[in-house]
Amino acid sequence: MKRVDFLEIEGKSGGFFLLLGALGALLIAALGSAYFMEHNGHVVTGMNNQIVWGIPHVFAVFLIVAASGAINVASVSSVFKKPAYKPLAPLSGLLAMGLLAGGLAVLVLDLGRPDRLIVAMTHYNFKSIFAWNIFLYTGFMAVVFVYLWMMMERRFNKYSRPAGITAFIWRLMLTTGTGSIFGFLVARQAYDAAIMAPMFIIMSLAFGTAIYILVLMAAYKWTGRELGQFVLSKLRSLLGIFIAAVFLIVATYHLTNLYVAENAGVESFILFDGNVYTYMFWLGQILIGTALPLALIFSPQLKTSNNALVYASIFTIVGGLAQLYVIIIGGQAFPMDIFPGYEVTSSFFDGQIGMYNPSIPEIMLGVGGIAIAGLIVTIGVKLLKFLPANLSDNAVDPHHKG
Amino acid sequence: MSKSEENTTDIQRRKVLVAGAAAAGVTLVPGVMMIEVAQAKPDAESASRSVRWGMLIDSNKCKSGCDDCVSACGKENGWAKDKTPMSQKPQWMRKVNLKHKATGKEASLPMMCQHCEKPPCVDVCPTGASFKRTDGIVLVDKHTCIGCRYCMMACPYKARSFVHEVIEDHDSYMPRGMGTVESCTMCVHRVDKGELPACVESCKEKAILFGDLNDPNSDIAKRLKEYPSRQIRADLRLNTGVSYEGI
Amino acid sequence: MKQNAVKKHSRLYPCFTSALFTTLLLAAFFVSPSIAGVPMPEVPKAIKGESCVEDTAFMRRNHMEVLLHQRDKTMREGVRTKKHSLTGCLNCHAVKDVDGSFVTIKSEKHFCNSCHTYAAVKIDCFTCHTSVPQQTVGLRNQ
Repeated sequence: MKRVDFLEIEGKSGGFFLLLGALGALLIAALGSAYFMEHNGHVVTGMNNQIVWGIPHVFAVFLIVAASGAINVASVSSVFKKPAYKPLAPLSGLLAMGLLAGGLAVLVLDLGRPDRLIVAMTHYNFKSIFAWNIFLYTGFMAVVFVYLWMMMERRFNKYSRPAGITAFIWRLMLTTGTGSIFGFLVARQAYDAAIMAPMFIIMSLAFGTAIYILVLMAAYKWTGRELGQFVLSKLRSLLGIFIAAVFLIVATYHLTNLYVAENAGVESFILFDGNVYTYMFWLGQILIGTALPLALIFSPQLKTSNNALVYASIFTIVGGLAQLYVIIIGGQAFPMDIFPGYEVTSSFFDGQIGMYNPSIPEIMLGVGGIAIAGLIVTIGVKLLKFLPANLSDNAVDPHHKG
Repeated sequence: MSKSEENTTDIQRRKVLVAGAAAAGVTLVPGVMMIEVAQAKPDAESASRSVRWGMLIDSNKCKSGCDDCVSACGKENGWAKDKTPMSQKPQWMRKVNLKHKATGKEASLPMMCQHCEKPPCVDVCPTGASFKRTDGIVLVDKHTCIGCRYCMMACPYKARSFVHEVIEDHDSYMPRGMGTVESCTMCVHRVDKGELPACVESCKEKAILFGDLNDPNSDIAKRLKEYPSRQIRADLRLNTGVSYEGI
Repeated sequence: MKQNAVKKHSRLYPCFTSALFTTLLLAAFFVSPSIAGVPMPEVPKAIKGESCVEDTAFMRRNHMEVLLHQRDKTMREGVRTKKHSLTGCLNCHAVKDVDGSFVTIKSEKHFCNSCHTYAAVKIDCFTCHTSVPQQTVGLRNQ
């Protein structure tokens, strides 16, 4: 195994400060939106009593799920003992922490009473998966922090495997907990399914790996460091497998719902009705999020094309956001079947498809979560040795000649 | 008899008559009342463990255009005067008009928090703000509610509302504020005083019956035993405190 | 020998300076109101009753505990005793405006604000609760 040197990025170029500035501006916009929402109430958002969770939750859940998937690259090295991934591990930890911080920030700032965060941290109803998630999310930060420390301080390297195993198990529990937020709800046809937990686990692997690839490629391109095909081909294969696995579970979920008469209504609504969710699903999730990336990754002509990998990762992310939009918002928009067999009307929009028009403050808040993640990673790689100085095939491929 | 003796006798007679009338009144009154009245709970006492408050709604008596119960609830609890747009305005209670797709049979009924025995909203609340009182009434403790709206996702009856705007005119007996979730409280502030919920009292058709489900002699328990009724979404096994006839 | 002496002194200096600094700070804190002449809060007199349900010193220190405890008893257990109820407080501790109506929490003259603005402690009660005596701003048709 060739020795890999880690080095902070220089971080003095105009481009670096431009990036920091742009992310900072997005963060300020997000904080301003959060203040606006908190001061005036949620009346200024598109969320209402029919669609209670909107764009902020789509972004928050995406970031949290991606965080648990981003640590996977490090897990492959420690838990599954693949030394080729070892140089990639520190960035994986940093990215995981950044994404989780971003997701949690959006979630907390969207609360009706964000000033009551202390109440949330001191009063627990342990039957609620939300209460467990508070521990799982904050615990994840601590576990990844320790894992990074074991990885990055040479004399503790012998503990990086136990730390990695802990992080691996913890993140599986975290993603199960996130999926179960929806899986435990009996009220709606789109939820109330145990498959939500494993579906979120496999989604996390796809989203996390896609984001990791983009961050890695951007970091190396923008700092002029070398990044070879040895590393990229491994990540490429991982991404492809995960996207295919997501498709398998998503197909199982939808086919099961279609089979069962009780849930055929929501399936028809999402898959065939021609509303925004139908387009999000077929165009966003399936075409852009699954078919295109798989084609770009597994096509023999594009095996070494970096551009193809970049597009595949971007499409996976777009598809992931679309998937969460369909799950979270589509699941709420379908009218709750309180009186099966009846046509229902009321002043509270019973029997009607929930209307949701995302407002600017909500979108800004969601994007702010991405900005937080970006700032943490950008500043982190400058302050500490998260990135190997050289990831060219010469440097990391044990079989490379020359 | 001397005059003083007569006066004493008169006074004694008066006392006996008054006592007798009072005794008769107390014995007769419960039988005369057509509507079940809750016993006022003493202030210092906690909500009872042996009581389970419930409602029985006869939808046969509900007319499609009538929403007296909903208006009464809105006036009593203060949500009627909110100026928030309809899609974001809290509605603790609503009249639902039904038409069976296959048979065309029409019905109308009021829908509100069903006060389940196993409330999903209580299960999912991260802070425990959504809770069930020992007498079966499901409430939101606004002191601890963080406004996450998970209970709104979880409720199978869409009973909960989120307060989207600042509340200016508060009622002293029903505090409510922006950023928290609320729903029908079964007029707990009235029930504790021995009064009926506003919706029950306001219905001209007497379609809503309120009482103690655990008391086999209460009107509601006797009616549930005698006439067919059902809980909405009974297959979810939540054992709701509210039941309906005629649907 | 000389080095040891210097070492002893160098350990003393930080201790001494920090002790002096702390003393000066504390002195400034305790002495300042009388020096600077900062006004004490003007707490308006209650409009009803001879005395509060608890004595003033107790209330000043513990009214928050009383409120926190009572709200849980009322909300969770349904105990509606009048003694420590918020409504009870407001019914006596009401302040009338020049036009005869009760001031709400929005006004500086409100009983709770008279201390809380001074102490710069934000209170959350009146996001949900009414800040004027019962049935003054009631909209129930009786």
